[in-house]
Amino acid sequence: MRDSDLRLVLPLGAIFAVCFAAPLAVLIALSFASDTTMRGLTLDHYVRFFTDPFNYSILWNTLLLGVKATLLCLLFAYPIAWIANRARARWQAVLLFLVILPIMTSVVVRTFSWIVILGRQGLLNQVAMGLGLTAEPLRLLFTEVGVVMVLAQVQMPLMVLPILTVMSKTDPNLADASRALGAGEWRTLWRVTLPLSLPGVIAGCILTYSASVTAFVTQTLIGGARLVYMPLHIYQQAIGANNWPFAAAISIIFMVAVLCVVALLNLLIRMTPANAER
Amino acid sequence: MPSASTPIDWESLSLRFTFAAITAVAIVFLVGPSLIVILTSLTASQSLRFPPDGLSLRWYAALLKADQMQQAAWTSLVVAGWTTFLCATLGTPAALAIFRSHRLWARLFDLLFMSPLLLPALAFGFAALVFIYQLGLRPSIPFLILGHVIVCVPFVLRTTLAALSQLDHALLDASASLGASGWMTFRRVTLPLIGRGVGAGSFLAFMASFDNVPVSLFLADERTEVLPIHLWQQIETNLDVRTAAVSGVIVVITLLLMLVAERFAGLTSQMR
Repeated sequence: MRDSDLRLVLPLGAIFAVCFAAPLAVLIALSFASDTTMRGLTLDHYVRFFTDPFNYSILWNTLLLGVKATLLCLLFAYPIAWIANRARARWQAVLLFLVILPIMTSVVVRTFSWIVILGRQGLLNQVAMGLGLTAEPLRLLFTEVGVVMVLAQVQMPLMVLPILTVMSKTDPNLADASRALGAGEWRTLWRVTLPLSLPGVIAGCILTYSASVTAFVTQTLIGGARLVYMPLHIYQQAIGANNWPFAAAISIIFMVAVLCVVALLNLLIRMTPANAER
Repeated sequence: MPSASTPIDWESLSLRFTFAAITAVAIVFLVGPSLIVILTSLTASQSLRFPPDGLSLRWYAALLKADQMQQAAWTSLVVAGWTTFLCATLGTPAALAIFRSHRLWARLFDLLFMSPLLLPALAFGFAALVFIYQLGLRPSIPFLILGHVIVCVPFVLRTTLAALSQLDHALLDASASLGASGWMTFRRVTLPLIGRGVGAGSFLAFMASFDNVPVSLFLADERTEVLPIHLWQQIETNLDVRTAAVSGVIVVITLLLMLVAERFAGLTSQMR
């Protein structure tokens, strides 16, 4: 090891120690304290969370919301990556630019434009009623269907990019060989292309999932006040109810839960055929 | 060989057609909302409707008088500027060291620096607030900037590490064997070669900071209100067309910045 290398990491390392590790340590300590002044040692906040159905159902709903948004995202993102991988360089750049555009645009703005679209008199309802698909305006805003849709749009680039990266590194001869041996396009997709791109798919799922469960702005503006997910729950307990120790405990529970899902998905990457051979 | 009458490969066509159709729907899904918000902001009436009732720029003119919003936008710009500067100056050397060293500590630092991307940022924001109060201090702009650095630095690290992995080691060895010092090699050889990666990462960090809500929610107060929080509260309380006008401005500026970043840093290729 060269000392100079360690010296290069130290400034950022020091900032992370003081501004990231220390606050998280204090948060953990606070979650076991009986009041905000950090006195006493108690498990009460954790017990309260897991014995109250209202609390643990919020956690469950949040984790499930992430799964739904991730699956919808994957449904659209995989074909985009597949098409982009086969497109000529110029078209690929245009396609990627369009995919990245939404994630660069402020998330408040993106969510706000969906309010205009999903509202009772919004574009979607006007079209649906104009076509005679529905007599009454559909309720889309302040429903979970709406939240899932918007999350899928907002996080799409996080899914497309890792899939495309893995696809573009895969030897195109493998798919050609599959077709030459008589497998049709769908069979080739299912048996060759998809398994080989799984590491990218799972990497995309990790990014999309962790972004979806913590997407405070989208969850609160599209979900409204009645659909409570973990980020809003933490915010309400911390700022609204001023119950810091409890807010700390649910923050820790939320973080651990998200990290468990991420770790599980990471384990899946190691088990994919592309990695199993190595 | 039935070369003259090769049967149409319906299976191949069906797959291409299906995927092309899904991609087309997805593009509308991705780009449509931004277009709609711009068109809505051009309305002449008081209501947020699409299609707009008449066209006018009155809501953009109203922005010129929105002092609070302008103040929030200025605060956001200052915070994002400092955040980007710190992310680039701290992140680039860290990426260099992580890339060069194959020791365990390098992997651990990599994991540590990337973890804000996976952890719920809102929980970190709250942790930072608790920490500041425990130190007997109050939230202020410098703390806000430091909080933003933590959640934005992964972008610089990721693109810089990607650029480094494309680097030809022979060039660095050549520079060293010709007698250049480590600093000289960095400034004259490494930095120009990874510059686009650092640039793309800095751009992403800037956008992420300018757009950050989860950390600012806890570390910004009325005096130091940032634009995304201001807009979030506006939308929560009273939807007015001025919000659409600000959104229009943000969409157009983002588009222009992205085109600049694409031109000078090859944004789309750096993000892969």
